[in-house]
Amino acid sequence: MTVLTSTTALAQAPSILDVGDGVVLPILLKVALVLGLFFVVPLVGGYLEHKVMGRMQNRRGPVEAGPFGSLQLVADGIKFIQKEDIIPRAADKPMFALAPGLALVPALLVFLVIPLGPGVFAVDLELGLFYALAITSISVLGILLGGWASANKFSLIGGLRAGAQLIAYELPLIITAITVAVMAGTLSLVGIVEAQANFTLPGLEGFNLWFVFPQIVGFAIFFVAAMAELSRPPFDMPIGDSELVFGYMTEYTGIKFAMFLLTEYAGMITMSALMVVLFLGGWQILPGVATPGCEGAAGIMSCDPIGIAISVLVTLAKIMGLVFLMVWARVAYPRLREDQLQRISWLVLVPLSLANLAFVTILTVVL
Amino acid sequence: MAQTSLPGTGLLKGLAVTVKHLFKRPATLMYPYERNELAPRTRGVIALMDENCTVCMLCARECPDWCIYIDSHKETVPPAKEGGRARTRNVLDRFAIDFSLCMYCGICVEVCPFDALWWSPEFEYSEYTMDALLHEKDKLREWADTVPPPPALDEGAEAPAEVTEAIAKAEKELEAAAQKEADKAAAAEAATTEAKAGGSGPKKADEPKVAAGEIDQETYDALIAEGKSERIARSKAKAAYVKKEKARLKAEADAGGGDAEAAPTPKAADIKVEAGQIDQETYDALIAEGKTERMARAKAKAAWVKKEKARLAAEAESAAGAGAPAGEEAEPPSPTDAAGSDQAPSTDAPAEEPAATRKLGDVHVEGTGEIDQETYDALIAEGKSERIARAKAKAAWVKKAKQAKLDEEGGA
Repeated sequence: MTVLTSTTALAQAPSILDVGDGVVLPILLKVALVLGLFFVVPLVGGYLEHKVMGRMQNRRGPVEAGPFGSLQLVADGIKFIQKEDIIPRAADKPMFALAPGLALVPALLVFLVIPLGPGVFAVDLELGLFYALAITSISVLGILLGGWASANKFSLIGGLRAGAQLIAYELPLIITAITVAVMAGTLSLVGIVEAQANFTLPGLEGFNLWFVFPQIVGFAIFFVAAMAELSRPPFDMPIGDSELVFGYMTEYTGIKFAMFLLTEYAGMITMSALMVVLFLGGWQILPGVATPGCEGAAGIMSCDPIGIAISVLVTLAKIMGLVFLMVWARVAYPRLREDQLQRISWLVLVPLSLANLAFVTILTVVL
Repeated sequence: MAQTSLPGTGLLKGLAVTVKHLFKRPATLMYPYERNELAPRTRGVIALMDENCTVCMLCARECPDWCIYIDSHKETVPPAKEGGRARTRNVLDRFAIDFSLCMYCGICVEVCPFDALWWSPEFEYSEYTMDALLHEKDKLREWADTVPPPPALDEGAEAPAEVTEAIAKAEKELEAAAQKEADKAAAAEAATTEAKAGGSGPKKADEPKVAAGEIDQETYDALIAEGKSERIARSKAKAAYVKKEKARLKAEADAGGGDAEAAPTPKAADIKVEAGQIDQETYDALIAEGKTERMARAKAKAAWVKKEKARLAAEAESAAGAGAPAGEEAEPPSPTDAAGSDQAPSTDAPAEEPAATRKLGDVHVEGTGEIDQETYDALIAEGKSERIARAKAKAAWVKKAKQAKLDEEGGA
């Protein structure tokens, strides 16, 4: 574990934010990038969800706040700040106050390792994938804590459901991620993107393939598990308005409630970003297409500023595409029953992902 | 278990349905900017036409929420005719509906017997406070202006009773006016020796003045015999008297104006016309117009009586050699002669004894309220009411004054 003490040893590729010789400026820039991503992209995702869900339900979605209602979530945030912050008398007050933060901070920290483009990331850890998955699973502690500290049976049941659900779906999620790591031969997220740029099938030299093509099953498992991990409908039993009031969020008001909501939206973005990196070739526009202004492996590395901008936009577009898929599933499907949820995970997804892992591992070794 | 489709087809179908709706036009109506076309009889708010309200309180009592507040006071209305009874009338002071309580059941609108409450299609009257939803009658009246007119009746539908009655009433009034005109014209014709047909109406002053009060005993008996009530018989007999008296006075005037030295002409009052016959022409015309048999018969009877009288009067005139062409056709009777005898104007002109001398009728005395104290005292002593005594004493004064005038003239 001595390796972990040295940041230089962990960093794989240099970030474009490492400018100058100083220490303070790059750190400030990286903090700005992570906070900017954390506060802006989830709002865009939330706006997309509002609009798409509205249109799919023959509504218009937000229209009043800002142009085409685009500032609705900002207005909601301001409203949440103004709301009274109520803490139930029976609640465990320090834990009650701590829980939203405990859920929110990991969602923020995941953005640290997510690469949006060539060099556009805060840090490229050698264990980037491991770090991302490990950090996301901390969020469940905040949810469990919130459910317990609320001193409310609905909150407690919601928190426990969330715990059970996250344990159940963490497994297929991680196994699928391992499968990708096996194919890429690295845990670094930038490294996985690079691996996809270089991945070709025999007979198709010169035309790289994203991992989604050989791993369509793995992608499907990861997608379903990610939605369950985020408690997104149709896997929102921890919230289950019709049975649990609002699950672990029942007793939360104002800014604390907003923090839980932001955790969910930020989680949508980070999970989508992970899927983009693991399966969809990162910032590459299309398989086999080089980004203008870039060179290197499959034409997606060592870019000039225009190439970097295009790459970032491509990544964000892919993320929003996945968010759209999540919203689409949310509108189309009703909430599952708790036992159906557990059954899908343990009896379908876990065996499937294990078989997938075995299959891919054997293929990788053989080929 | 038969597998009808591949597993997972349902999931894809669900996605297809939702994505199809994604590209449909949203059903949302952007309300403040766009407005829905409301149904014509939309029940938005309850409006009040306070001029129709009689403060009967039915709405307030029927309201399940007790959200209607009504205040009123009684006002005394002076009698329409002198000597009549003063009436009391409810005057609406306050009419308020608390729309924070109202549940829009519409029972008040249903029960209102005078069409004072209406459903208005206005619905944009939200307020920031609950108590601001208590709307007073001014506001409710404003809403009444937004009430749409009632929907048109179906093709060939029977007109509502109210409308039919109102039309009938208006027609009757028109007929009465026409009848009056005709009477006037006839009077003018009879009064002038020039015998101008369709001449302009005579001056008002030429209209003989007859005081109501006496009854025509003959008519009265006839009506009683017919089984009419005493009241009706009395009023009709009174009217008949007035009419007869007028005819008599007219004839007198004719005699006086036409040839002062002529032999006394048969008085118009002597022209006795037995009612009972009908004017077939009028009757047919009315039936053809679609009037009921009863109405047609009544009007035709009246027309006949009128014609007959006119004929007799003309005969009498020609017999007296007054210069009027013999056999002159009377003014063609209005086909819809409306209860002519009932329409006779009762005037407050100086009263005259029917048995007074001929000359007395020529004298005009304007009474200004003087009474004959002697008569008054006598009547009071007899136990008559003050009102009657005063009225009769007034009449007596007029009579005396006329006599005095005549005597004066005679003396001169």
